[in-house]
Amino acid sequence: MAAKNPYEVLGVKPDASEEHIRGSYRKLAKKYHPDLNPGNKQAEARFKEITAAYDLLSDKEKRARFDRGEIDASGAERPEHAYPRYGGFAEGAPGTRYEFHSAEGMAPEDLDDLFAFFGRGARGNAPRRGADLHFALTVDFLTAINGGRQRLSLSPDRNLDVTIPPGVHDGQVLRLQGQGAPGRSGGPVGDALIEIHVAPHSFFRREGDDIYLDLPVTLAEAVLGGKVMVPTPTGTVSMTIPANTNTGRVLRLKGKGAPHPGGTRGDQYVTLKVVLPEGGDAELTRFMRDWAPQHLYDPRRGMVS
Amino acid sequence: MIDFDAVMGKIEGLEAHELRQWIEERWVRVEQGDRGFLFHEVDVARVRLIRELRHELAIGNEAIPVILDLIDQVYGLRRRLRQLRDAIDAQPAELRDAVHAYLARGSAETGE
Repeated sequence: MAAKNPYEVLGVKPDASEEHIRGSYRKLAKKYHPDLNPGNKQAEARFKEITAAYDLLSDKEKRARFDRGEIDASGAERPEHAYPRYGGFAEGAPGTRYEFHSAEGMAPEDLDDLFAFFGRGARGNAPRRGADLHFALTVDFLTAINGGRQRLSLSPDRNLDVTIPPGVHDGQVLRLQGQGAPGRSGGPVGDALIEIHVAPHSFFRREGDDIYLDLPVTLAEAVLGGKVMVPTPTGTVSMTIPANTNTGRVLRLKGKGAPHPGGTRGDQYVTLKVVLPEGGDAELTRFMRDWAPQHLYDPRRGMVS
Repeated sequence: MIDFDAVMGKIEGLEAHELRQWIEERWVRVEQGDRGFLFHEVDVARVRLIRELRHELAIGNEAIPVILDLIDQVYGLRRRLRQLRDAIDAQPAELRDAVHAYLARGSAETGE
């Protein structure tokens, strides 16, 4: 298919200035941008023409070659956009990410009104259940494990104390019955649907119901073993480190993870990390100097490449 | 999901300080991971869109939130209309045909 004359596409004269061309391109691109014209195939095709024309005319060298007849307009056709357009996501499920928050959680009510609008026409004043309202709530890492209450503001003048069940996970949706939009003509109130986001913790990590923790230990604790205090989401517990324990060794604290519906709990996995004294220690250095030559070992022997 | 640096690498002509500003303004609503921001595909596409609006179409910073909000509303409505279409498609043939006939008549009347 022969491409159209780029000057005609942008509606400018062949001797138009760069600035004029840019201005005309911007004006047309604003009008035909595919994300501003969802579902409009004509606009999309037109936008492609416009960008191709502008690609050619905004490049001095290409424009000169085109003017001399050395290349035709098709030489400037852009390959199809290799990346997906925003609209492709926005119209599907991922778009709810942006719909949810657009008016601090109030947008879906308006959209449910759209369906209510259709419903009214058909059913007259029949009672209708109120819409479900969607909210997002970020909870503290430890609250997500141990449960608790957290205030959610539904609107400037309405707050709700949400009970966070112990063990709630990131992305889980809580349904609060009767906290949604009011019903119509005596219909029941809708529900509030609250999507939980769990904030990260400074030293705990969570995977499913299990907790992971890197635990620094002293050189003496690593060599001699002994009891150390370990933080868990439910409080500090004492753990025995066996003698001669290396960095990277993982010890399991059974049942110290997040609770699971049904009464079980995940585990906590503690990865030990040997930490030398800050700033060094003269006595230790002296000792190592004497010790090392008589106790050679090669921790890298498996790494010959 | 990809991180901040990966987004910077993917999108040509994007400045780190503007991306940070867009996140701060909540034009792009990224997740906060252990090691910084995390971008879903929808977020990356949105960053591309904002970059096009800002750089290629020369739309000013103060107009961007208005545009984004309207775009979000339009896509929200389109999502709902899709659901409505699916709901109609799930109805018995007779009802479906009646709805389609009614819509066809409506668009003939308005001359679309």
